[in-house]
Amino acid sequence: MSDHPVESDGEATYGVRPPTTDGRRQPPPSAPATAPGSREQIRVRRLDPAAIKGVMSREVANFRTFWKGTTFSSVLEPIIYLLSFGLGLGSTIVGEVEGVPYAQFVGTGMVATAVIFSSALPAMFGTFVKHHFQNTYDAILAAPVDVEELVTAEMLWIGLRSGVYGTVPLLVTIGFGLDPAPGMLLVPLFAFITACAFAAFGITVAAMAEKIDQFNYVTTLGVTPLFLVAGTFFPISGLPQGLRIAAQLNPLHHLVELVRHAAFGFQATDLLRVAFLVALALVLWRLAVARMRRRLID
Amino acid sequence: MGSVVKTFGPITAVNGLDLDVPSGVCLGLLGPNGAGKSTTMRLLTGQAIADTGSIRVLGHELPRNAKAARAEMGVVPQLDNLDVDVTVEENLAVFARLYRVRDVPAAVDRALAIARLTDRRRARVDELSGGMRRRMLLARGLVHDPRLLLLDEPTVGLDPQIRTQLWSLIDDLRGRGVTILMSTHYIEEAERLADEVAVMTAGSIIARGRPADLVAEHAGRETAEVFGPAGELAALRARAEDAGLRVRPAGPAIAVMGSERAPDGLLPEYAVRRAASLEDVFVLLTGEEAE
Repeated sequence: MSDHPVESDGEATYGVRPPTTDGRRQPPPSAPATAPGSREQIRVRRLDPAAIKGVMSREVANFRTFWKGTTFSSVLEPIIYLLSFGLGLGSTIVGEVEGVPYAQFVGTGMVATAVIFSSALPAMFGTFVKHHFQNTYDAILAAPVDVEELVTAEMLWIGLRSGVYGTVPLLVTIGFGLDPAPGMLLVPLFAFITACAFAAFGITVAAMAEKIDQFNYVTTLGVTPLFLVAGTFFPISGLPQGLRIAAQLNPLHHLVELVRHAAFGFQATDLLRVAFLVALALVLWRLAVARMRRRLID
Repeated sequence: MGSVVKTFGPITAVNGLDLDVPSGVCLGLLGPNGAGKSTTMRLLTGQAIADTGSIRVLGHELPRNAKAARAEMGVVPQLDNLDVDVTVEENLAVFARLYRVRDVPAAVDRALAIARLTDRRRARVDELSGGMRRRMLLARGLVHDPRLLLLDEPTVGLDPQIRTQLWSLIDDLRGRGVTILMSTHYIEEAERLADEVAVMTAGSIIARGRPADLVAEHAGRETAEVFGPAGELAALRARAEDAGLRVRPAGPAIAVMGSERAPDGLLPEYAVRRAASLEDVFVLLTGEEAE
């Protein structure tokens, strides 16, 4: 946790001053001397929605410059996977898994893959680049925004984006013959919660890293095993007992199960899975805030 | 700021700093690189937290009420941290939102007008020249009509023409009554823009006053620069100091300050006599050649 005293959690009201001119010089005629619309009282409070929206609007403005590439790859990738794995393996070797055609088994599982790769990695690299190379956080923290609001906004933005893009493999799988089910409407929410957890994880990693190369250890030792032992490509039930237990701690595994159950029928234990994901996201969010505060405030 | 100390491990960046900036004044914080100017700026925005001492900005106690203080001040950073893929007006609109400005489009228009960038509003930042980007940083710091503006080395690394442009923009702001704290290691910048100058070295302020007063107090009226072989200069320096004059190195030459008071015959005829400058004061006090 941070060693520093933090800013007030309470509310403070302040006003923007009336215009002052000392008459020394005349302002140039090209611009009015006062900002229109900035005279009203504004409130400073903890986790101010206006600050969070402001930081997210910066993300949106930047995302508008590269959304086409992101959308292209996030749609094409599951199609390629489904064609090769689902149809290739499914038609020749595997057939059905857990009573489901293999293409549908993989397609529903791929929501989790899409979520981790569109949340943990962008959070790690994006946070590191914005801090070390673009000095973006220096600019934002010079405005009335604190580290908690900054981290929260970035986590929520990645969560939303990943919630949307994470659902694409499910839509593609529907295109490949999966029957739509009402439970699927919850998939963006499941994806959002999981993505928030991975975004907070990525931000924490970036806050602790000194060099961008260190991310290689995290992806190889952290992200790749999580994604392979999630039950995306093969059922967990076939694994040795140790790995089966480990999979219960893997948030991606719970997301895989939730998405499959959304398509093929929920179970009572799914509530526990959601609770686990929510709790994980909350813990990692607080950790990300603490580590970023230590990193950004001298 | 009162008795502020800030250390980073073994380094004391700010060491017992006392500083107040009167309302409506442009105060130049002049010091060599490493004097603690940027740390001072970060302390004032709450991006650094002092080990000891007290900081009040616009009536707000820091670090507790840093967010409220930041809402009323604008910051123009030394490093360009604009979003380069995004247009000029989108960059400004984001910051207008961060500052909770109610009428964002009007605030953006106004900031563009101040920075004279209205005709480039739809350009992406990476299409702008270096000078335009500096103006844009200034516009961003002004988008919410702050009472106090922190300028951290506003013209570092710029062409002379662009510096002059920026100086005239900053001068316009002084005319509007904005209180300005400007850190710089360019003497000319402090001399031209600052109503008052505080000379900072090794983390504290060692002299403060109007530029002309500082020059009169520390350097006198006139300075004579003498070029010549090192041995002769050393001998001259010793004689001048014996006569009670202050001498500083000036590159290949020495500068004898208060030369109007020099005894007849002390200074050679080829000595170049000129009006005493803030540079004389600066080098005298900080003991280093400024950039």
